[in-house]
Amino acid sequence: MIELWNALPLVIQILLKIVIIVLPLLGLVAYYTYAERKVIGYIQVRIGPNRVGWRGWLQPIADAVKLMMKEIIIPTKSDKKLFLMAPMIAIAPALAAWAVFPFSEDFVLADINAGLLYVLAMTSLGVYGIIIAGWSSNSKYALLGAMRSAAQIVAYEIAMGFALVGVLIAAGSLNLGDIVTAQAGSVLTWFWLPLLPLFGVYLISGVAETNRAPFDVAEGESEIVAGFHVEYSGMAFAIFFLAEYANMILVSALTALMFTGGWLSPLPQDWVDGIPILDDGFHWLLIKTFFFMFLFLWFRATFPRYRYDQIMRLGWKVFIPITIVWILVVAIAVIYRLPPWWSA
Amino acid sequence: MGFEKFLFYVFAFITLWSSGMVVTRRNPVHAVLFLVLAFVTSAALWILLEAEFLGIVLVLVYVGAVMVLFLFVVMMLDVDMAILRANFTHYLPLGTFITVVMATEIFIVVGSENFGLVAFPAPEAVSMAVDNTRELGLSLYTIYIYPVEIASVILLVAIVAAIRLTLRQRPENKYVSPSNQVHVKRFDRVRLVKMASENSNFETPAKDTRLDDGVTK
Repeated sequence: MIELWNALPLVIQILLKIVIIVLPLLGLVAYYTYAERKVIGYIQVRIGPNRVGWRGWLQPIADAVKLMMKEIIIPTKSDKKLFLMAPMIAIAPALAAWAVFPFSEDFVLADINAGLLYVLAMTSLGVYGIIIAGWSSNSKYALLGAMRSAAQIVAYEIAMGFALVGVLIAAGSLNLGDIVTAQAGSVLTWFWLPLLPLFGVYLISGVAETNRAPFDVAEGESEIVAGFHVEYSGMAFAIFFLAEYANMILVSALTALMFTGGWLSPLPQDWVDGIPILDDGFHWLLIKTFFFMFLFLWFRATFPRYRYDQIMRLGWKVFIPITIVWILVVAIAVIYRLPPWWSA
Repeated sequence: MGFEKFLFYVFAFITLWSSGMVVTRRNPVHAVLFLVLAFVTSAALWILLEAEFLGIVLVLVYVGAVMVLFLFVVMMLDVDMAILRANFTHYLPLGTFITVVMATEIFIVVGSENFGLVAFPAPEAVSMAVDNTRELGLSLYTIYIYPVEIASVILLVAIVAAIRLTLRQRPENKYVSPSNQVHVKRFDRVRLVKMASENSNFETPAKDTRLDDGVTK
């Protein structure tokens, strides 16, 4: 038992690190919802929320308070335990995936060798929350939404996984930190250029995986009301919302990490060495992540929803063949050390 | 008791408990979810053995893909609980017999004389610098390349066969190929026909004097 107590400081240290990562993340999620309403508002020539606080800046807090005050209604013939567990199962993988995420050269919670695989495994668990929610609600709309979502996520996971196979061939490592350092150089040596088709496939699959417009048939409010979370209210509903936004941030951050060089500066290293803002650093990762997060909102305001059979066609018949072909191309390029990416 | 041992017992207990729940739950969806839990905790046990690649692949492949499809099917099944519960005592002796035989067989094969510490001493700890994912990949794609290739060809054949067996052209299906939809031209849909008037006595109508509400002045 004494050895168990000796492990306590380590556990507390790890817990503190988790808090340092998760708290800003949840704050970002809250203000991402605000950004979404504002951005889409301006795209549609509206103003968006502007009543609570200065220019609506307190809107997310007001929303959170409202949702916490609301009653969580549990349908009579639902499976109560699973019904309440589903939101937690949805948000847990979205947060757990951040464990291996390198925020800069030296700040990462768990620097494991199979980091990329871990991220893929965690994102593949997110679908359980949706399926369990759909089934335990004992509602036809919810079940239909869950079925749609499961089929869609499984289909796009394969394309996403293959896109990541291309990244790992290019970087020669599954460690996320090593993937970033493999892209060192300038904006032209980042992987977005040699892996351009995979970059596109990953970004679009990311939108589909997170059930966002134009792939949001799992919610499909015009056909199945709100899909898998139609029976949820109050905080239980809010947690699904948090999970969706946390996943969007995760996909954006991973795209920034794997295709656009993470914390690396876009300018060549010998130009910017030692110059505070231009040199490599966490702020570059933040800028890139925010750009991809903005794309999610832009997509939603621009594209109409896909038809269900076309989603399936795009995933299976277009993306998977593209990724398979491009994996071969990348493998050949790596073997023959195509400059400037693999010249060393 | 070290922290690692403590974690081992926690995960081992959850694995055993959830495996027990898989066979005792009446509701098939609950049973599948407990199976998922058993997989996740087994993956945790493998990670404790420093086989993190295998552990994560177990989660990725079995939990993330196979069990999702399994759950999908089980949810769609219309299972009648009454039929499942009937004749329980009738099947009990046979079931017990088969269980006892199987348990004895497993015990004989996997008993401590074959798999104990004498037969398989605990491997020496390797340094943290060894990337075991890389080691696994190197041995799989050099020493074991033929088994890997043969297994993948068998899987490919199985995929093709499964698709061929279940694929059927349904006449009521109104599927339209998207590329045909995209490439359609105006001339494929509408034909403008110019023709002379059939009725030679037809008078050209006078200038339209109707008001907006359709009443003629």
